[in-house]
Amino acid sequence: MSKSNKHIIKRATALVFAAAGVIAMTGCGATSAGSSTSGGTAVQKLGKAEGEVSILAWPGYVEDGSDDPDVDWVSEFEQDTGCQVTSKTYGTSDEAYNLIKTSDKYDVIAASGDLTLRLINSGLVQPVNTDLIPNYKDVYSFLKNRDFNTVDGKSYGVPHGYGANLLMYNKSDFSKEPTSWDVVFNQSKASQFSGKVTAYDSPIYIADAAIYLMAHKPELKIKNPYALDEDQLQAAVDLLKEQNKNVGEYWSDSLKLAQAFQSGDTVVGTGWQVVYNQLDSSKFGITTPSEGVTGWSDTWMISSKTKHTTCAYKWLDYIDSPKANAQATEYFGEAPANKNACQYASDGKFCDVYHAGDEEFEKKIWYWNTPIKQCIDGRTDVKCTDYTEWTKAWQEIKG
Amino acid sequence: MKQRAKKPVSSFLYNHPTLHRWALLVLPVGWMALVYIVALIALLITALWSVNEYTGAVEMTWTFDNLIQAFTDSLYLTVTERTLFIAVLATVIDIILAFPIAFYMARMASPRARKLLVILVSTPLWAGYLVKAYAWRSVLSGSGVLDMILRPFGGHSPGYGLFAVILVEVYLWLPYVITPIYTAFEQVPESLLEASSDLGARSGVTIRKVLLPMIVPGVVAGSIFSFSLSLGDYIVAGIVGGKTQVLGNIIYTDVGVANNSPMAAACALIPIIIIGVYLMLVSRTGALKRL
Repeated sequence: MSKSNKHIIKRATALVFAAAGVIAMTGCGATSAGSSTSGGTAVQKLGKAEGEVSILAWPGYVEDGSDDPDVDWVSEFEQDTGCQVTSKTYGTSDEAYNLIKTSDKYDVIAASGDLTLRLINSGLVQPVNTDLIPNYKDVYSFLKNRDFNTVDGKSYGVPHGYGANLLMYNKSDFSKEPTSWDVVFNQSKASQFSGKVTAYDSPIYIADAAIYLMAHKPELKIKNPYALDEDQLQAAVDLLKEQNKNVGEYWSDSLKLAQAFQSGDTVVGTGWQVVYNQLDSSKFGITTPSEGVTGWSDTWMISSKTKHTTCAYKWLDYIDSPKANAQATEYFGEAPANKNACQYASDGKFCDVYHAGDEEFEKKIWYWNTPIKQCIDGRTDVKCTDYTEWTKAWQEIKG
Repeated sequence: MKQRAKKPVSSFLYNHPTLHRWALLVLPVGWMALVYIVALIALLITALWSVNEYTGAVEMTWTFDNLIQAFTDSLYLTVTERTLFIAVLATVIDIILAFPIAFYMARMASPRARKLLVILVSTPLWAGYLVKAYAWRSVLSGSGVLDMILRPFGGHSPGYGLFAVILVEVYLWLPYVITPIYTAFEQVPESLLEASSDLGARSGVTIRKVLLPMIVPGVVAGSIFSFSLSLGDYIVAGIVGGKTQVLGNIIYTDVGVANNSPMAAACALIPIIIIGVYLMLVSRTGALKRL
């Protein structure tokens, strides 16, 4: 008995000790890695395929049939190019950041908007010559040259797919579809659902509050929800603290969200299309409020330490090809980046459901970006709040 | 003589008993030192570092900022208070529940019933921690079993929150509290109790003066388990806690989300200090010696 006890105690403290280990490693890495800001130039010509490529990506992005024999878009790539793929998945952007920093094993990385700028600023990824990627021309133009994948006019990767954090609701509590986030942010409206409101459990959710404030408190002059100075952050925090009174629980696990909606413990809040698809559409609804929404657009990037440049480029081209892009994004549950991908989807309605290429919908998305000290909305007279401050603020909101 | 020649190492060690003892001890002692002491020191040192605000890299510049923040900032104080409240309450309730069960098992039940009870108490330990926590999530849901049972009586499920966290902690660690108390009850020899009554003590006095002092070490052992386990737990809070935040959640977001390991290390020192103080208080009572 004491044995199993010790095991649990060890597990609880393991987190802490693991943390200490990671720090020791990153500490050493920091001194050895020459961090030049957005350095390097893109390659001009590709050589022969090196025969292998190692990929670091979100779960569900690189499937070779080992999880499910029917889900496989890697084998075809291996046959076509002769590049053998090894892949590793990660759980959070920070885990990915530490893995790339401490190892030169990864050639290609799939990075979300809260990671890309950090990788570029630390010189861990190289500029990408999009002329060497034939399928890039078919990528939706609205995903190209954005502030999370392009710095100083240099492109640092190719888009994979995109999605949005929408407003999900229980139809029995809403006679008609809500059109504004006020049902979760405005105290007089949200208090009707007190204890049954949900929100995404991450500091990045502060941007959702900022989007609401952009529309309802123009005097704060928020231009970009990821560029908040101290006063603007404080306003968002105040709004979220107010909202906290009505929140039943915050979610980060999408299964937990689906279950909470089904059991009736949650009736309104942030949701993903892929979660909504599991629910009965006669009982639940999902919508894009007028203020706009936050969302993600993931980018395939190439490590600056890679020795397999040709295979890396080939992977970037392959994953943006209509068929592979359709397979990968449909499996994950997000809109594809290639505009020709829709015809390869196994579900004919796939692109409509995820609003692929719908420009009206796309214009409403503020893609996740890393909040940094230097305001990304172009302001130079003030300092913005960075992600560390957002995290502290988020902990305070939850109390 | 032939055999000695065949095993030079063992014969050498046989002739050097001091070296022999050292060779035996170096592995376990080295392991303990590496896993517990070095890691603890690494933690303390890390808490004194800072994070570069541009690159997010840990920098080895010495600062007390993290520690000062962890021990004075109202956020950390509130969360520490809440975590401590959960751990203390869960422990007290566990002891109150475990006492009669352990007493019945050890002193009243027939040998067959006792065996059955021991099995029943330890059965939940076979199920995975997450399975049990998620089971409680559906039990406590607004449309769950508990709500169905309470509804005819005008009650309703407490839902997710602080109460749910305490309830699940009590459930999870109860077997760890029952077992040592049961063992303590079982070890009290019948003859002592008979002697007490032979000498004229009534049953109340026997329980107070003879039985209870012998049970205390078992209670202390059980309380160490439930207290430290619920103090360090953060997954239950994530599953049934609604929006409840405990120290573990704060540490987790500092490492996993904010990439601020120095702050996480500073926060991790809080439960270590609490447990340290608790163990010190317990050892003052002398109960640890009689475990």
